Parts: sequence; structure tokens; C-alpha cells
Amino acid sequence: MSSLQLSSPPVMRRTKRQWTGWMFVLPFLLVFALVLVAPVIYAVYLSLFRDQLVGGNAFVGFANYVEALTDPNFWDSLGRVVLFLVVQVPIMLLIALAAALALDSARLHAASFFRIAIFLPYAVPAVVAVLMWGFIYGTQFGLVGSFDKFFGIAFDPLAPNVVLAAIGNINTWEFTGYNMLLFYAALRVISGDLYEAAELDGARAFQVIRSIKLPALRPAIVIAVIFSIIGSFQLFNEPNILKSLAPNSISTFFTPNMYAYNLSFAGQQYNYSATIAIIMGVLTAVIAYIVQLRGSRKEL
Amino acid sequence: MSSVSRTKGGATYRRKSTILTIVMGLLLVYSLLPLFWLFVNSTKTQASLLSSFGLWFSGPFALFDNIGQTLTYNNGIFVHWFGNTLLYVVIGAGGATFLALLGGYGLAKFNFPGKKFVFALILGAVAIPGTALAVPTFLMFSQLGLTNTVWAVILPSLISPFGLYLIWTYASDAIPSELLEAARIDGASEMRTFFTIAIRLLTPGLVTVLLFTIVATWNNYFLPLIMLSDPTLYPLTVGLNQWNAQASGVAAQPIYNLVITGSLLTIVPIVVAFLFLQRFWQSGLSAGSVKE
Amino acid sequence: MKITRTRSLPVGRVAALATVGILLAGALAACSGSTPTASSSANADQIAAALQQKSTITYWSWTPQAKDQVAAFEAQYPNVTVNLVNAGTGNDEYTKLQNAIKAGSGAPDVAQIEYYAMPQFELSKSLTDLSSYGFSSLQSSYSPSTWTAVTGGSAIYALPQDSGPMALFYNKAIFDQYGLTVPTTWDEYIADAAKLHAADPTKYITNDAGDAGLTTSLIWQAGGKPYVSSGNSVTVNLQDAGSKKYADMWNQLVEPGLVSSTPSWSDAWWKSLSDGSIASLVTGAWMPGNLETGALGSAGNWRVAPLPTYDGTAATAQNGGGGQAVLAQSKNQLVAAGFLQWLNSGPGVSVFLKGGGFPSTTAQLNDPTFLADAPTYFGGQLINKVLLDASNSVVPGWQYLPFQTYANSVFSDTVGQSYANKSDLNKGLAAWQESSVSYGAQQGFAVNK
Repeated sequence: MSSLQLSSPPVMRRTKRQWTGWMFVLPFLLVFALVLVAPVIYAVYLSLFRDQLVGGNAFVGFANYVEALTDPNFWDSLGRVVLFLVVQVPIMLLIALAAALALDSARLHAASFFRIAIFLPYAVPAVVAVLMWGFIYGTQFGLVGSFDKFFGIAFDPLAPNVVLAAIGNINTWEFTGYNMLLFYAALRVISGDLYEAAELDGARAFQVIRSIKLPALRPAIVIAVIFSIIGSFQLFNEPNILKSLAPNSISTFFTPNMYAYNLSFAGQQYNYSATIAIIMGVLTAVIAYIVQLRGSRKEL
Repeated sequence: MSSVSRTKGGATYRRKSTILTIVMGLLLVYSLLPLFWLFVNSTKTQASLLSSFGLWFSGPFALFDNIGQTLTYNNGIFVHWFGNTLLYVVIGAGGATFLALLGGYGLAKFNFPGKKFVFALILGAVAIPGTALAVPTFLMFSQLGLTNTVWAVILPSLISPFGLYLIWTYASDAIPSELLEAARIDGASEMRTFFTIAIRLLTPGLVTVLLFTIVATWNNYFLPLIMLSDPTLYPLTVGLNQWNAQASGVAAQPIYNLVITGSLLTIVPIVVAFLFLQRFWQSGLSAGSVKE
Repeated sequence: MKITRTRSLPVGRVAALATVGILLAGALAACSGSTPTASSSANADQIAAALQQKSTITYWSWTPQAKDQVAAFEAQYPNVTVNLVNAGTGNDEYTKLQNAIKAGSGAPDVAQIEYYAMPQFELSKSLTDLSSYGFSSLQSSYSPSTWTAVTGGSAIYALPQDSGPMALFYNKAIFDQYGLTVPTTWDEYIADAAKLHAADPTKYITNDAGDAGLTTSLIWQAGGKPYVSSGNSVTVNLQDAGSKKYADMWNQLVEPGLVSSTPSWSDAWWKSLSDGSIASLVTGAWMPGNLETGALGSAGNWRVAPLPTYDGTAATAQNGGGGQAVLAQSKNQLVAAGFLQWLNSGPGVSVFLKGGGFPSTTAQLNDPTFLADAPTYFGGQLINKVLLDASNSVVPGWQYLPFQTYANSVFSDTVGQSYANKSDLNKGLAAWQESSVSYGAQQGFAVNK
């Protein structure tokens, strides 16, 4: 039932045409090989070397991997995105889920307006989103500043201890609508027969949600979780652009991706940076795979 | 079969709830507030920008003046960036959609040697952090002489693993294999079958993928930032960030009004595209998440 | 296994450089130390000849004056086309430059580089040594501290464009209103800071959210020599007497929260400069033009005074400033060198000054019309006189690290934390030192050995 099972869609026995499929897949694969596979292989190659400003390039085997796994900055950055993942993702997905159920309930005035308006932030480029929120977060001339003055407090959303939440808010703003739509689309294809049966049984709204809607949403939730995990682990644009406003709150190793970026671009440690990229890639793939397996095993 | 049911769970005759509408209204305010802020502040001059309350209009209404300044600043570089973005979107998103369409159809409707491997490869690729691969990609592209050309931006955006996956699952359902068999028996070539029969049946999925790839290429920031050093090749996102850096870097020029108005002009087309295409994407999206 | 990387230059270029070197060895020895006009080497002729040929070069710069300079140059040399590219400001540009160098192609012929970033590019042999073009003879045209900044041993890696001897820029209206004296010592400055903030908690004597450039400059002024490098041997000591002297002084502003934490160049900062909530700036001599365009609200109120010192005797440091270099990748070295020289002498400097820059050339620094400039923004004060005095009292002997751009990039991770917690800067400096040392060691330098 789930389209998310890690197995190919139904196999068609058509031995005669064995190679015809390649004709369709080949163009994608050629570009794919050039822009994704080749850089990955190159990154693996890079990760086995160390190029120094003084002394040149040398093969170092797995020394970069050993260094990464004992690097407090790397663990610090990883810990931060894991925290982000376990706090921001559930909040965002719960809001999105509630909104999707509300849209689907047909008890909302002007539902289609809500649907489009809440989805709109998804279309806003991350650069623009961070610029806007950056202005809003300003404690002197921003909206936060106005509220601080009004309530006589000194709340600074970009202070070191809350800046992760401020970034989480920007991400929630950007992606709640997207996830809401994903869930809403899944709700729309639930067969009307199920509801009719439920109504004949005299089921109440919350019972319908629990026993019909949520099970039907499971595949959509799994895919949303997987995308959110990937998104969290790759967190980069928001903190990186926000860093100019809060340099002391957002370190150069704030997220693994920022760490990899700064290693390359500020420190010219291309090899070490590639190592971090490979580790994060493997880690993300493994976690996404586990979530996917668990998601489909518990299927009802 | 993935069919969009028009009956909303038999609930169309339910009573509207004011409380629910108010609660959802809070989410709506949250979603629209920054956009409202952007609009309000793009009507302000540089001077009143910093001296007035952010959420309401103030000072002379300078929206059209700001738009004029944005479009003409630095010999109209903004218009240039706009054109670049369009180019990247048309070729990048168009190409990505086409490749995903071909590939997804091929994977869904044919069995061929190495298919499992292709599947694993694509799934694995989704998990690799693109940002962190930027450096190897950059170094490789520069060996090929592709950096600082439009191809450095277009080539990577031609690949949409999610798009491929979406078409794949959609095509598995939306195109009955019997129909293809019939066409083959009639002697139609595979390509002809694809273009005459398959594409039509795949249209909702196609529009969805197109919409997501348009958003992805329109918002593409990091890749062009690294690949391009010539500002005349920049897309809007990178250009805007450069303006922002100009307004906030050492020896800054106070051009915040241009940054804000430019931001507004950047999101208007994509918002219009959304509103225009929204009739289509909804049905396509469901294919990606749920099959019956 | 160890692969020695050869940063090979194109054969043709190496040959050309070798020829040039041989041709000029004699001429250089003869004319070093003389004025530029006296250099009648074959080399100057070659450059002059090359400028008459049809050619195109690329120039990366973010300075506001670059456009006018290029236009004036092209008018004078109609056969040369200069393709001006703004590849980003400061660090953004260096990143792109570093990428192009790593990639082996794509770098411009001439690039704008700030003094602090030059050693990094020198080290990777990415810049052309201009001494082979007879540029040694230009030494006397530039102020000593800027010339030191672009040279390493006998090699010349760039020509200085602007300089930033530090001074105190203060808002006289605010100073008068709150009865603050214009400080000559840091103790007086700290007293002013406390008095102002006590009188009006929304007002601060200055802002400092943690800025690597400001910190190193103030250590420089205090007589610190935290960075010493020669060849591959590097010493980092951010706890030397000068660094400590600075940190103990600046702590008295940071720990009690007497400085605003508004980041420089942000919109809030401009606003604060405009409305007087930031009453003074400790910064380089390139600031006046920025104030004039950015802080309109306080026009007429600003004045310039010598930088406060520890004991009242004049001492200052350079803050910011930079010049242009010819990239080793350039395939058009002679034209690039010619353009570089034009930019930083006579007509090129004139255009630069018109755009509000502060020069590094001795001729312009001592030009009576330059010194007679009395901008109304500064209440008619002869500000260039003050700034020239600053230029002449820069503490000599300062060096940056050969990887200063990296060190600056981790400043906020280390010293920035002291700012965030309003705690002892010495601790932050120690952490900064640790990061710099471990990076240097990783990159193969002999650090603190």
C-alpha cells in the first residue's frame, strides 16, 4: 500500500524489451553521473588526502575520518542539528498536520484562501526569508524592538542561547505550508466510502481522525519526516545568512554543513571538509533509511 | 489508482466553525506577517525605513520610486539578474522536469537490467548534503572549464531526484500497462507512445514536478554563489545578497530600500506562478505521498 | 607516500618572467630607492609599450571609486579594456579568489586585496612579485607603514591604495550636551563612556560587537606584536605585553556594558550614528566619506581627534586599507602591472580621492589642497591634518599572520564569546591564539617553536 517501500514498483515481465527502459532513464542518469556521482567520488578521493599550505599534498588514508570523529567542533555542530531535529521538526509537522486536518474538515470559512496563504512562504527564497526575519528580529529598530519597548523587556532573539530557536522559527515559517499541503493532498484521496462507513457507525470527528485519517496519512508523514531530517542535517542557508547579524551567537561550526563550508572557504581545508561531507551524507542516509523502515513496518 | 476524490469525506455539508477559523487565522497571520512587513517597508524611503514602526506605512509613499531605483541602480543590473533567473528557471526547471518525466516513466513502465542499482543510487544521492559537495563540484567544474558560465548553474539544477521519484510513483498508477501494450501492438514506437499517450496521462504529476523545480531553481542560492564570480551572471538571490552585503559590509552604501524592494520584486513572480498553477498541483502532489 | 605539490606556472609565463628578471636585474639594483620618474629601466618601457597594444584585463574590486578609475584609465589608454567585476566585498572576494587559485583558472589579472589578507596569497605564490617589474623604486612614493604591508623581504606583492591610520571620530553635539571632554588617554575615554551611559542608558560612547580588525589594530597601537612570521616559522602570542595592555583597557568598556553591541555597518548602526546614540567611533581614516553618505542625521556634528593613547603621547595603528595585486595566473602581466601602477599613482589616485578615499601616497598626503579640505559635515574642521598626523604616528613593526583571513574567520568563535558574555577579553584572546596555533600547525607551519 505504501509507495515508500524500498522496493521497485511492480516488476513487469517483458524480457524482449529488456533494454528499452534504459533509453528513457539514460538522459537522467548521464546528467546525474556528472553532477552528483562524480563529485561524490571526487569527495571520497579528496577525503583521503591532506593538502597543507606548507608541505603540499599527501595521502593520509583515513586520518581525516579519525580526526573528524574526535573533533569537538564536529560533535558540537552535530549535536545542534540533532536538537533542532527533535524540537523544530515535531513542532512544524504537528502544526502542519493540524492545519491540514482543519482544511480537510470542511468546517473552515474561506478554506482555499487559507490553503494558499499558508503555503505562500514556501515560495519565498531562503535569502529573502532571512533578510525579512533578520529585520523583524532587530532589537533596536525591528518589530522585536518595538515589542521590547512596549513591554519594557530586553528580549533578543539573536542572543546565543536562543538563536537556534530563532532559526527554527524561520524554518517553521518557510516549510509549515509545504508540509501542510503534503498532508492535505493525502487526506483528499481517502475514499469517501470509509467516511460513510464511519458515519453509519456514528463515529465522531476525533474518532474519524484517529482511526481513518491518521492511518491514511502515515506514508505522507513518513516522507515529510524524511525530508525534514535531510533538511535539518543540511541546515545552512538560514544560519549562514543570519551570521552577519549575530556573529557571536552563530559560530563557524554552528551546523555540520556550515562547518564543512567554512573549512573549505575560510580555511582551505578542502580535504577535511570533504570528509565531513561524506560522514554527514552517510549518517543522513542511514537515519533516513531507518525512519523509512520503521515507518512502513508499523503500517496498519 | 490515484484518483482525487471530490467528496471531502462526505463532509461538505458540515457546519462552518468560527473558532476553528480564528485558530487557523493565527497561523495565517504568522504566515503573512513577514510578507506584509516586506510590502509595507518597500513603500518607504531609505530615511523613513529606519525611523518608523515596521508594520505600518510611514512617510512619503515611495514604492514606485523604489521600484524605479531598484530597476535602474547600477545600470539596471537587477533587470539583468531577473533575466538570468528566468533563463535558469526555464532551462533548469524545464530540463529537470523533462528528464524526471522520461526517467520516471522508464522506471515505472519498463523492466531492465540494473534497475535496482539505479533505484539505490538515486535514493542515496538525496541524502548527500548538497552544500558540502559544493567544493568538489566546484573543483571538478573548473577542470571542465564550466565555472563562471551559465552551465555551472543549469547543469546541477537539471537533476531532481524527488521529481523523478514523484513521476515514477505517479506513472505506475496513472498509465495502465494495457494501454501501452495496445499501442505497441498497433506498431507505435516507444517514443511515440511516450509523447502521445504517456505525457497526457502524466500531466498532473508533470505540473507538480514543474512547480517544485521552478521553486527550487528560482530560489537557488548556494550553488550560483560559489560557481559564479561575474555579477552579470548572478540570479536574483545571489544579487540581492550582494546588495545586502553592500549595505552592511565595510564601506557600506545605504541601499536597504533597494534590498527590500528587490526582495519584493523577487517573490512576486513566483507567487503569481503559484496562484496560477495551483489548480493543477494539488492533484499531482497526492501521488508523491499516497497511493491507493 | 608523500606527493609534493608543484604549483606549476604555465611554462610560457615562467620563461617570460625569467627573461624579464635577467634583463632587469641590473637596472633594479641601480634605481632602487630613487623616485619613480627616475626608473628608466627597459621594464618600464616594456610596460608602456604593452599599454599601447590592444588587450583586455579583468579587475576585481568592490571599492566605490573603481568604476571612475577604470573609466579614466581607459580614456588614457584606449587600446586597453578593463573588465571591472565586483566579486564581493572583502572576505567574499578572497573566497572567490582562493577558489579560482585552487581551481587553477578563473582569477582576474588584478585584484583588490586588503593588507591583512595579503600574506595568505603571498604564501601560496598566487601573486606576482612586482620587484621584477622595477617597482622597488616606488617605495618612497608610499607611506612607510603601507609599503611594509605590501612587501615581504625583497618581494613586492601589491601597491598600496588607501590607508587607515586610526583616529577618534566623535559627535561633538553629544559630547557638549553631556559635558564630555575630548579624551587624549584611554582612561579619559572610559570615564566619558561611563558618564554618558549613566546620564542616558540608551546612549553609548561607541559600539563594538567584536571585530577582529579593530582588535588587532588596538593591540598594534598598544605596542603588541602578537604575530611574528618568517618563512614557515610562525609565532602567535596574543598574551604579550601589548595585547594584555589592550585587553585590560578595553575590558573596562566591554565588561560593564559601556559599549553598544550593535554590529558595525548594520542598519541599526547607521541609525545610531545618525541619532547620536553612538557618540564616537574608533576607526580608520577612510571613515569620513562613509559618515557623510550614511549618517545624514548628524551632519555637521562630527569631529576628528587623535586616537586616545595609554600615556598621552601620540601613537596609532592602521585599520583596514589595502591595495591591488597582479595575480600569478594573469596571462597579461605587463598590462596588469601597468594598470596597477596607474591606479596607485598620479591620475589614478586623484580619481580615488575624489571618491572620498584616504591615500597612502606621500605626494597626496602632503598636498596642500588635500590638507586644506574643510568639509561642512565635520563643521569645517581641517580633518585631513588630524588624519595626516595619525598617518605619521603609526607604531612600526606590525605583522599579520600568513593565514590571517582564517584567524579572523574564527574570531567570533573565540574572542566573540567574551563579548557575548561581557567577560574578560584575555580569555577570548587566549582561545583565539589556541585556534590560530592549531590551524597553523595543521597547515604545516612551525608554530611557536
